[in-house]
Amino acid sequence: MNAQVQIDAEVRELSYAEAIREAMAIALESDPAVVLMGEDIGTYGGAFQVTGDLIDRFGPERVMDTPISELGGAGVAVGAALTGLKPIFEFQFSDFAALAMEQIVNQAAKLRYMLGGEAEVPVVFRMPSGSGTGAAAQHSQSFEAWFGHVPGLKVVQPSTPAEAKGLLLAALADPDPVIVFEHKLLYKMKGPVPAGHYITPIGKAAVVRPGQHVTIVASAIMVHRALEAALRLAKEGIEAEVIDLRTVRPLDRETIIASVKKTGKLLCVYEGVKTLGVGAEISALVAESEAFDYLDAPIQRLGGAEAPIPYNPDLERAAVPQSPDIERVARQLAKGEV
Amino acid sequence: MMRDTTENIPFAISQFSPAQLREALRKMHLIRLFEEGAEESYMRGLIHGTMHLSIGQEASAVATCMELTDADKITSTHRGHGHCIAKGADVGRMFAEFFGKETGYCHGRGGSMHIADVKTGNLGANGIVGGGLPIAVGAALTAKRLGRDDVTVCFFGDGANNEGAFHEALNMAAIWKLPVIFVCENNKYGMSTAAAYATAVPNIADRAVAYSMPGVTVDGNDFSAVAEALHEAIARARAGEGPSLVENLTYRWRGHSKSDRNRYRTKDEIEEWMTRDPIARFRAELIAHGVLGEAEADAVEVEAKDAVAAGIEFARQSPTPAVTEVTKFVHAEVAA
Repeated sequence: MNAQVQIDAEVRELSYAEAIREAMAIALESDPAVVLMGEDIGTYGGAFQVTGDLIDRFGPERVMDTPISELGGAGVAVGAALTGLKPIFEFQFSDFAALAMEQIVNQAAKLRYMLGGEAEVPVVFRMPSGSGTGAAAQHSQSFEAWFGHVPGLKVVQPSTPAEAKGLLLAALADPDPVIVFEHKLLYKMKGPVPAGHYITPIGKAAVVRPGQHVTIVASAIMVHRALEAALRLAKEGIEAEVIDLRTVRPLDRETIIASVKKTGKLLCVYEGVKTLGVGAEISALVAESEAFDYLDAPIQRLGGAEAPIPYNPDLERAAVPQSPDIERVARQLAKGEV
Repeated sequence: MMRDTTENIPFAISQFSPAQLREALRKMHLIRLFEEGAEESYMRGLIHGTMHLSIGQEASAVATCMELTDADKITSTHRGHGHCIAKGADVGRMFAEFFGKETGYCHGRGGSMHIADVKTGNLGANGIVGGGLPIAVGAALTAKRLGRDDVTVCFFGDGANNEGAFHEALNMAAIWKLPVIFVCENNKYGMSTAAAYATAVPNIADRAVAYSMPGVTVDGNDFSAVAEALHEAIARARAGEGPSLVENLTYRWRGHSKSDRNRYRTKDEIEEWMTRDPIARFRAELIAHGVLGEAEADAVEVEAKDAVAAGIEFARQSPTPAVTEVTKFVHAEVAA
């Protein structure tokens, strides 16, 4: 299998959802051990139409509707992975993974270790995640930090269609369980996607905008909000470096530390609840590293409010970082006003 | 059943060869002696943590696995030493795991509650009640998708039958007609809570009706009764007709774990069950039907004793894992 993007690969405009579907179709075509499992992923096409028409192309034995049994369904995927299949299990909403924590955290994450390396669980859990859809407290959460806290799991958060495809194919090639958080607001976003098989490496962040005044580390939809803020700041002569985290576990320490050593300022932006969130870990790893001596200002974090995601649209927007928030804090950092 | 019942020959005697029956008796002794050896090693401080002993339940483990090959899978429970031995594990590597040694089945990372032997199809004990139920269904799904004829036996206890995972697993196994046999070892108590109190149906096998599969309750201390129930369930699974539920009624002589003071059951009850020793019963049956003589039956027990003594010695002399390797096996090792 190809480990690199083919330079001459045909590049098309696809949506994030189409890119994920294309990755799954490539996997189903190339490996008979791959099966898709999840609620309403067959004829319905998935709650967010990500699996779409795959059931017509690959049939109900490869694109399996499960009953509404998140714990059992996830466990079946774990058992299948343990014995030779490569299941991609879709949760309708990442919130529902709370029903399956037992199988993900106690079983999938630990089986290789508990069995002393004598077994592996190559399962992929896809989790539509995040707020902004008006679905309120039980359909809008961001659980990256929950799963990122568990040794044995890998956790990725694609921010573009190309990443969504490449990270899913990387997750499938990985012999260990990988959780893919797909942001619901990105499903319809279009972007260039290379054709064919390629991998976006797990554990590697990307500097998506270079700059020398302040480092903004963001993930998923926050990458786009950070880029918007950076464009406005550039008009004031403030050049923000934006890092697309891509992987929450394992974190790409090198890219983050190198950027902070260059800019001396760090802003972490994440949608999950601020306290004990992904940005707390990034802040700590910078504070513990050689980059600490390069810091010219206190590290800043923008994260989700200390509240469930509310229904009212104004409240919902206020509950997670928005582009003006990022712009304001990055400006304060760059100007030494923090 | 087509076999001759006029002479009251138990199913197992007519179904299996004398060599197979002798081996079954050896494994039952091996389970009991292994657990007694583990208990003694614990008392002497050679094993730390805790353990859940299945002494008194040996017929259930061995008879259930009689017709399984290494290609067939089992998922096991926190009370899983018997299943592990029944499926073919080596007691030396099991003791080594209990002693936390690098030569143990899990290289000292798992201990009693995670012991597994993937090469003999044992996908592992489980520290979570009900944890193995959906995993067993997944293993059966693999067999069906890949066109293999292996079956999966899912051991669980009476406690697990009130977990949501039990109901989700049985339902999915039934709708997809998967080759899995759910074997409930009903030893009357989930820790201290009586199954009679905690379960709304009189027999756990009654719950099979809700999932459109056969359910049967048997005397789990009767080797032949268990073997016969499994024979039918395995044949059904291999024929692609779907899952079954078998309930083995049995009893654990020891407490739930090492911290149990047995306040929830009487001495009389324990002693009454000890008179229904499955090993003594099976041995007597083999002798009565001329499969073994007294001397040969004694020799089988001595063989098991020797294996346990050798296993403990192997474990004692084995190296411990290097503390620098605490994160080894968290992920696959990436080739340089």
